[in-house]
Amino acid sequence: MFDFLGIPPQALFGQMLLGLINGAFYAMLSLGLAVIFGMLNVINFAHGAQYMMGAFAAWLLLGILDIPFWASLVIAPILVGLFGIVLERLLLKRLYHLDHLYGFLLTFGLSLVIEGLFRWQWGSSGAPYPSPIPGGYNLGFMFLPTYRGFVVVAALVICLVTWYAIERTKLGAYLRAATENPTLVNAFGINVPRLITITYGAGVALAALAGVLAAPIQQVSALMGTNLVLVVFAVVVIGGMGSIMGSIVTGFGLGLVEGMTKVFYPPASNTVIFVVMAIVLLIKPAGLFGQTK
Amino acid sequence: MKPGQIALVVALAAALVAPFVAYPVFLMTALCFALFAGAFNLLLGYAGLMSFGHAMFFGMAAYFFGHVVKAWGLPPELGLLAGVLGAAALGLVTGALAIRRQGIYFAMITLAFAQMVYFLCVQMPFTHGEDGLQGIDRRALLGGLIPITDDRHLYYVVLAIFLFGYFCIYRFIHSPFGQVLKAIRDNEPRAVSLGYEADRYKLLAFVLSAALSGLAGATKAMVLQFATLTDVSASQSGEVVLMALVGGLGTITGPIVGAFIIITMQNYLASFGEFVLVIQGAIFVVIVMAFRKGLVGEIADWWKSRRKAG
Repeated sequence: MFDFLGIPPQALFGQMLLGLINGAFYAMLSLGLAVIFGMLNVINFAHGAQYMMGAFAAWLLLGILDIPFWASLVIAPILVGLFGIVLERLLLKRLYHLDHLYGFLLTFGLSLVIEGLFRWQWGSSGAPYPSPIPGGYNLGFMFLPTYRGFVVVAALVICLVTWYAIERTKLGAYLRAATENPTLVNAFGINVPRLITITYGAGVALAALAGVLAAPIQQVSALMGTNLVLVVFAVVVIGGMGSIMGSIVTGFGLGLVEGMTKVFYPPASNTVIFVVMAIVLLIKPAGLFGQTK
Repeated sequence: MKPGQIALVVALAAALVAPFVAYPVFLMTALCFALFAGAFNLLLGYAGLMSFGHAMFFGMAAYFFGHVVKAWGLPPELGLLAGVLGAAALGLVTGALAIRRQGIYFAMITLAFAQMVYFLCVQMPFTHGEDGLQGIDRRALLGGLIPITDDRHLYYVVLAIFLFGYFCIYRFIHSPFGQVLKAIRDNEPRAVSLGYEADRYKLLAFVLSAALSGLAGATKAMVLQFATLTDVSASQSGEVVLMALVGGLGTITGPIVGAFIIITMQNYLASFGEFVLVIQGAIFVVIVMAFRKGLVGEIADWWKSRRKAG
């Protein structure tokens, strides 16, 4: 087998896969943030908490009702999405006329409440979720656990479906129109407030879906979303929230960058995304795919 | 005397006798956080810049203080100076990058940088990772003139630092510089068209706020004699936002009131453990939904409307 710059291929491709998996989660979460921000003008700080709720929902469905992973993949996002809809109707809706800041602060408070309650009930240490497709393939140059491969493919499919729904369907067209000019779209007889509610619910469900996918890879714990969402914010700043495809590409790309850093200079792997953010701010402040207003 | 001046004199008198009534360490902690919240509020309330990463200045200054005093064995004055200058330098670098974006992006960028600083603090040797810096000596100030091992002695030093810091904030706000900041906050294109370089003013405000947060953080390390990862964490950044919000954004006294309320609450609720976060989150939600002006802001409004009516 060949070595690349003195690094065994096992390590190189292994980290590349890990990077792709992290990237898959960055992409799914930043996509949800972008969709919500586009419609609601709110940065959903609770995104990490809702991702965690998705993982917990799957874990509880399996533990209490014995519902398998594949069913959870559908049920958990719907449950968490409904929870998101309730939040939007009860609280967020009342803040749209104010500065964006208040939506950010509100969702920050909500994430504290949600995570605190889960920590209080289930503690901070994680619980394992059995892999639904155990085993793997030996590809010669690396070992590929089947489930991990599945996650990368599933995340790609989810991202592309979301892109298609927004850019190519009628509902997506309404959505984009309402983002541009809500008053006008409302005047055409489309119920914009309901569209907003659906968008928030869908964005939250997307976060929960990512959470379900993460459950068999990570430990299911109350704090699994907190640190992730902070990195995702950096991803969002790097990509800019203007473009759906941009979020997807940036997410996967940064995951890979992080994975490669782990191979070549491990101590910087935690911070590399923030360094990239600083460089992007210097060169193209609007973000890689953002438009300057 | 005007009512405001009377209130100030009463507050000062209360601050002077307070350590004989209440636990001095509690008072000193609250004063540090009051200064921290005031520095944060200077940026948000008067420059309209919402930083969600202010813990990086507070926490790094605590580490700088600890390192200078403990590892290098230098007097605490130099520790405070190192804290302030270090935080200001960090503010200059992060601020110069963050002000390139506006609004909610600014908040996300500062949050991300703070998280980067947090990760660096976990790894760098001088912060001692998870252990943090502990047992920082309380060496006498001014070459031995002012001993600070006694909590009550130290209290007056901390009070003096707090008053100095808050006087700085007051002077900034009521200077021509502060007026320009408010103009930029309210209408940036217009301020730019009048010839003000908005970015320079914003950056200066950011650095000043960082330096004062650093003063608060270094003082906190002097009082509690430790600097840990908690001081640089995202939850610390959230806490200072909460303090300013509870007291009232954009009011001078609000952050002080907010800091005392939150620190008191933490003291009483310490036994609830994990539940403190839930309560803090709930306060966030209630204030954002119902009392956006904060305690001081709401009272001021009520006072104004009463005088109008009467």
